[in-house]
Amino acid sequence: MKRFILAVSLLCSSALAHADLKIFACEPEWGSLAQALGGDKVSVYNATTGLQDPHHIEGRPSLIAQVRNADLLVCTGAELEIGWLPILLQKSGNAKVQEGQPGSFMAAQQVQLLDIPVKVERSDGDVHADGNPHIQTDPRRIAQVAKALAERMAQLDTANAAHYQQGYTNFNTRWQQALQGWANKAASLRSTPVVVHHKSWVYLQDWLGLKEVATLEPKPGIPPTTAHLTNVLQQLQTTPAKFVLHSAYENPRSAQWLSGKAGIPVVMLPSTVGGTPAATDLFTLFDDIIQRLTSVQG
Amino acid sequence: MQLTQTTLAIAIVAALAAPTAFAETTTGNAIKDTLKPSANWEGSLIVEGIYFDSNKDEAAHEEGEEEHDHEHAHLPGFPSGGHDHGMREGLHTGHIEAVVSGNINDKLKARVTTGIMETEDEGLEMELEEAFVETQGLGKGVTVKAGRFFSDVGYLSSKHNHEWDFADNPLVYKGMFGGHTNDDGVQLSYVAPTQQFVQVGTELFKGDKFPAANSDDTVGAATVFAKTGGDIGTDHSWQAGIGHWRADSINDREGELHSHTRADGSIHAATPSFDGKSSINTVNATYKWAPNGNAQERNFKLQGEYFQRDESGKIDLVKPDGGLERTLDYDGKQDGFYVQGVYQFRPHWRVGLRHDQLDSDNTLTQANGKAATDHQVETTGLATEGHTPKRNTLMVDYTPREYSRLRLQFNEDKSTPETDQQVMLQYTHSFGSHGAHGF
Ligand SMILES: [Zn+2]
Repeated sequence: MKRFILAVSLLCSSALAHADLKIFACEPEWGSLAQALGGDKVSVYNATTGLQDPHHIEGRPSLIAQVRNADLLVCTGAELEIGWLPILLQKSGNAKVQEGQPGSFMAAQQVQLLDIPVKVERSDGDVHADGNPHIQTDPRRIAQVAKALAERMAQLDTANAAHYQQGYTNFNTRWQQALQGWANKAASLRSTPVVVHHKSWVYLQDWLGLKEVATLEPKPGIPPTTAHLTNVLQQLQTTPAKFVLHSAYENPRSAQWLSGKAGIPVVMLPSTVGGTPAATDLFTLFDDIIQRLTSVQG
Repeated sequence: MQLTQTTLAIAIVAALAAPTAFAETTTGNAIKDTLKPSANWEGSLIVEGIYFDSNKDEAAHEEGEEEHDHEHAHLPGFPSGGHDHGMREGLHTGHIEAVVSGNINDKLKARVTTGIMETEDEGLEMELEEAFVETQGLGKGVTVKAGRFFSDVGYLSSKHNHEWDFADNPLVYKGMFGGHTNDDGVQLSYVAPTQQFVQVGTELFKGDKFPAANSDDTVGAATVFAKTGGDIGTDHSWQAGIGHWRADSINDREGELHSHTRADGSIHAATPSFDGKSSINTVNATYKWAPNGNAQERNFKLQGEYFQRDESGKIDLVKPDGGLERTLDYDGKQDGFYVQGVYQFRPHWRVGLRHDQLDSDNTLTQANGKAATDHQVETTGLATEGHTPKRNTLMVDYTPREYSRLRLQFNEDKSTPETDQQVMLQYTHSFGSHGAHGF
């Protein structure tokens, strides 16, 4: 009996100790950011890994259960998760994290988006109507998201508001320093012409001043075709590129084909935390991206 | 219920208005634009073209049968589900679906799905497949749905035709529910606050759809169901479910007309009419594999469902003039399952295998306590003819883009004593916004 009471009291106390802000992060970059800001006051569930294509995830039972229990949803938004998040919201029956609620945080709403299309048509491929959602490859935008996210966390968990504010201050101090370091290291990359697999690097290009001269996908979301690759190869005769970029979750075949024909190196970049073994958090993610880009430039 | 009826009415009006919008536009986004300004509407249209070839149909025609057997191809030992059209032979348009959905307010959504099909005998047929309002984010894991909707009692029961991995539905669905599993009613479901996905739900239906019919009760049919699921690492995910469907006061559930010429030249004709109760128990399991959780390149899906039905009551054999020929006591047990696997072996290409099997054990007794004669059993439409219905299916499909698919399917259909080799070539294209599919 004593043991039972002990077990129950342990359970209760551990339940109290874990009265965290439960965060459901659609992508690992936001999970990593939320963890960095919230520390031990939050528990974070990452819905996707760095090796998954966040455009194409299925509304699996496990994800419904996690959304059901979440206090805060941290996602990219801008239609990146349009294929799977709505069904999770529908099925979860969780009022707190529905669109428009404080528990729904969309990173893309906190920053200026690029590539906002004039028109959206299926014939143009999988165009995101609100603009390009792949904002996580620009650390300046991450800083903007961090500020807004810390405020949102403080709003939802007022008891720990000061903790989140402190978390943001600490993060931002380290982040601004790191930004300076990355900018210095990457200075030589400015104006480098590159070929990309999917239009997922526009923010990285914007930040580092890379010049995208072609994409391997004929249209966004449409897999590379031989005809299109041949066109790109021809185009490179007149407008050469220094290297061809693809993300950790994209099939490298097309990039390798072009690399072999055009004689330019392939650079595989982690598009988020966990995309490569080195990219364990947001800091090491950009360390790794800069490292991979500068080393190939040689 | 006032609110439900009003919103239903609005939804139906919107659905009826929708075809005009579709007719005038050519692209999906034009449809979206047309529907968007008025409110938060989204619309889509799913168009199917199908080529169907069957060796059995020809034989039936050659024999000069007056009834179109394939139209209501009957599963031996299973009561007739009534309104299930077999496939028409040749090349023609198939099942067309018009879907309109939108938010009514921040907590309420509506969706209307109209199925349109041209049949050989009855011409253009429309069916309001679904027209419901559903809560979103009611809180505490609770979701309420009201109107007409597909039941969640089984795994495939809530899925529309275009979500099937084969061109046709498993035989057991046809045997258990006739065509669709939709009815008018309410659904209450609850997702538990657990790490593992656990959902329980119940549905209360009017009970107008097979295997229910003409109930005296306000709630003519009801279900309870439970689902659980989760992931194993990043590569594997699964779901399992159980369900129970029941209808306790079924009245005058009509089967198919039995008609033949007797040896003396007179004609024997009677229609079976069932009064009693029916209940179905079901289990289902689904497993999916995708390397690193990326289903785009390669993935595999294995699913199976088992259904078992118990029916008891009496069957009246009704003469064409409405008179009663005789009444039989009926105690029926029917069950069946399907198991299918679909493998996407490279981007855009999938191959699938399916096996269907049904079985039945029906007892029919005359008023004097003696077992019913073979001919009486035949008249009720519940004779097995010593046959166990089976079917094997192979399909290959090519999906160049998310919204268009070309599928080739072969059925070795032994659902009736005569084996039927069927070939299907199906093309499906969707226009407009396309809602995400569930697991
Ligand atoms: Zn015919």
